[in-house]
Amino acid sequence: MNREETLIPKIGVITDVRIDTPDIKTFRVVTPDGKKAFDHRPGQCAMLSIPGVGEAMFSITSSPTNEEYMEFSIKKCGCVTEWLHAAEVGQQITIRGPYGNPFPVDDVFAGNNMLFIAGGVGLAPLRSVINYCRHYRDRYGKIDIVYGSRSKEDLLDYKEIIEEWTKDTNVDVHLTIDREQPEWDGHVGFVPNYVKELGFDTDRIAVLCGPPIMIKFTLEGLRSLGFETTQVYTTLELRMKCGVGKCGRCNVGSKYVCKDGPVFRFDEIDELPDEY
Amino acid sequence: MLKCSLNKMNLVFAEIAKANTLYLPTDQNDGSAKFTKWEEGSVWSNALNTVRSPKDFFFPQTEDLMEFKVEGKNIELTDIRRESEDFVIFGVRACDVKSFEVLDRVFLVDPVDSFYASRREHGIIVALACTRPSETCFCTTFGIDCTNPAGDISVWKTETELYWQANTEKGKKLLASISALTEEGDAAEVDAQKEKTAAVMKKLPLADLTTDGFGAGKTMELFNDPAWDEMSQTCLGCGTCTFVCPTCQCYDIKDFDTGNGIIRYRCWDSCMYSEFTKMAHGNNRLTQKERFRQRFMHKLVYYPENNDGLYSCVGCGRCLAKCPISMNIAKVMKKIGGEKK
Amino acid sequence: MQKIRRDQLLDRAISLLSDGTVNSVLGWQKGEFDYDVTPHIFRTEDELKEGFVWNDFCYSNFSKYLVAKTDRIEGRMLVFLKPCDTYSFNQLLTEHRFDREKVYAVGVSCEGMVDVNKLKAKADGISCVECVEGGLEVTTIYDDEAVFVDAKDVLLERCLNCKSKKHVAYDELIGEEGEIIDSARFDEVAKLEAMTPDQRFAFWQNELSKCIRCNACRDACPACTCETCVFNNSNSGVENKAPVNSFEEQMFHIIRAYHVAGRCTDCGECSRVCPQNIPLHLLNRKFIKEMNECYGEYQAGEEIGMRAPLVNYTLDDMEADEVLNRRGEDA
Repeated sequence: MNREETLIPKIGVITDVRIDTPDIKTFRVVTPDGKKAFDHRPGQCAMLSIPGVGEAMFSITSSPTNEEYMEFSIKKCGCVTEWLHAAEVGQQITIRGPYGNPFPVDDVFAGNNMLFIAGGVGLAPLRSVINYCRHYRDRYGKIDIVYGSRSKEDLLDYKEIIEEWTKDTNVDVHLTIDREQPEWDGHVGFVPNYVKELGFDTDRIAVLCGPPIMIKFTLEGLRSLGFETTQVYTTLELRMKCGVGKCGRCNVGSKYVCKDGPVFRFDEIDELPDEY
Repeated sequence: MLKCSLNKMNLVFAEIAKANTLYLPTDQNDGSAKFTKWEEGSVWSNALNTVRSPKDFFFPQTEDLMEFKVEGKNIELTDIRRESEDFVIFGVRACDVKSFEVLDRVFLVDPVDSFYASRREHGIIVALACTRPSETCFCTTFGIDCTNPAGDISVWKTETELYWQANTEKGKKLLASISALTEEGDAAEVDAQKEKTAAVMKKLPLADLTTDGFGAGKTMELFNDPAWDEMSQTCLGCGTCTFVCPTCQCYDIKDFDTGNGIIRYRCWDSCMYSEFTKMAHGNNRLTQKERFRQRFMHKLVYYPENNDGLYSCVGCGRCLAKCPISMNIAKVMKKIGGEKK
Repeated sequence: MQKIRRDQLLDRAISLLSDGTVNSVLGWQKGEFDYDVTPHIFRTEDELKEGFVWNDFCYSNFSKYLVAKTDRIEGRMLVFLKPCDTYSFNQLLTEHRFDREKVYAVGVSCEGMVDVNKLKAKADGISCVECVEGGLEVTTIYDDEAVFVDAKDVLLERCLNCKSKKHVAYDELIGEEGEIIDSARFDEVAKLEAMTPDQRFAFWQNELSKCIRCNACRDACPACTCETCVFNNSNSGVENKAPVNSFEEQMFHIIRAYHVAGRCTDCGECSRVCPQNIPLHLLNRKFIKEMNECYGEYQAGEEIGMRAPLVNYTLDDMEADEVLNRRGEDA
């Protein structure tokens, strides 16, 4: 049949596996001939699968400005992810996408100060945007990144953060962990409180990603700092099978997270029923 | 308008079946009707409608999507898609014809579902006007005229004749292929029949069921209605309503290890099932109330919001007849929408 | 058909609700038509007066609802039980699936319930159904004259072959207590047994190929009370909603029949709810008949705490070779 079919994936090869935290690994994926499987925009997702195990949606962690490969930071928490965590370099998987709407990096975000706030594996979808903004550094104003996790070991991309992000001009990284630990001299405390302590001006766009409870309290904190819901973005995640708004399960109200999201502005989320 | 004698139907079917696979409703030994492949001796059922909707022809209960061979770390993918062959579905009712439009707006929008599209392009629909609606019918609620079914060809069955009218190029071609068996007919008999049926439609118990109170923009108003609790409390969480429904189109994609390779297949899924939205780290529709609400909100609010006001229910009445606890969209519409007026 | 009047049940429900014996009532709620009755939990007198019905369409077996609906509730729930429902009630208690203290069971004598499919085959466009002595008076939109439909022509299969008019559990009874009936419920099974294996295979192949895997049989079945069914469990490896092939289609029903063997009370809900009219009860009855023949008569749910033959051992049990030799050349 000579028709396009989005459900039919491409073959991908895992060319690198980086152990990020005790339960998160970052996988580098290219096609068998060494290219990127497709182009994407920051915030978009891809369906990865292992035949016989299952298919699942993951945000693309690498920035589109990386022209060599794609990366996926994946937390071990279900069938597919457990299998991936056991996979070695050279393992083939399937990949299809890109799916969903990206962050408006070239219009709304351009020219603005940016505040990225992430908790745990929530940094994975934001890393793509952060690195995109860092790549086109002159298009954006001041960049602040607040990132927290349970412990130092649970901080994703720690090496890249320390060796690259913190060295950039006009980029401030504020790391925090939930509890004191010996080799940590940074901030200790939960992300929402830290955001309030840091007390950002409202002359910026905020992008949030993390566990639902963190998002809830951080949003409250931002509101108390004077942020409007129209200047705060996030990315949602629900169960998906098709990725293109047809299989019928990832909707919140009339919006499909796969097709109309995963990126939403909080005033858009306020218009949706509380079912995500 | 063309017509042919009902006595000639076997000849007509045989003629159509020469060039196309022909399906038509036939009576089953349990008294129900089902679309089956025509063969010499098949008898066209008089039943009002089939238990299973004809959505199967375009969106089958289960279909293979692709095959994989896995060897060591390598994966080989085979695209097993084939273009559909021409087929004719004879005797589709107006409500079910409308359901194809509802499905089209899901499967044929970008990115087009090629599995569905191929079948849709190769399928020819001969739609049959209703003459004896049931008490469970409420197609008029959704603006459907059961006496004027759409489709590639519309047919009207009277005491002795079948009247034919082609609506599309595909239909004209099919009608031309049986021209030796048809002759010019007077539309007067058809018009009289339409009038008679229209009068019956007005007498149906659900004739006054309305979509007032539903549609685009009603999400927040209806989502938190306390009646959802009460209406869903004895829902069994089975998938009967979704599987007999001609417009329900949710699906799952699964892999099956045949021992000789892996088949990735698609099958019907149901928003009524507990694991429909279950993720490794939680479920955003935890109880039957959320699942039950999803089904009706989708048909009456979300779908119209995304599709220019078109409802994703065609009033065929299958769920009214088949729900094990007799809870259904008509009851929901009266309770959630009707009582508010 | 029913001899008990709606008011008898309604009055009792209202007084039990108002004297605080119960704080909710699991009963039948009237529908859009006269036959589409829905199980409903009533909480107030007004709600009962407005919506409660008792007629020839109260076929739902409420026993299974008690598992979920009485879990973590305050106070007691009144439940109406027909004789056949009480067997499921006892069986669930045997399996410790709900707390007896949370339930006030009112037995209702029953004259048999109507199969709506059979009724619709007799009359299309039903506008009104009156339950009368010996049958139903049916009016349709096509005919102003009501027609009489004889009960025996429209009764549910399980009622035609009713196994018991006797309630095996209740706190109080409305109506007269009946007897256990020596029914002809195994006749159809015997017909299947008389077929050649090829004929029997063809019979089931035809029936089971109609299955759309809606799971209504499982979800209505009082013996199917696993919190997560193996077919819903994505970690089981057999989780599915649709058969991969026709072989698997048959396996679903056969596995289910095995799983409920010895616990199935033959309440007939599986066949009643099947949208495809698959005679699923015949699979279960085959198991019951087999067990009766091998291990002596046993009726699941007859008493609380009975040990089903398949999970019990007695010195009189038939030996394996006897089971095999029982059918002579067939085995």
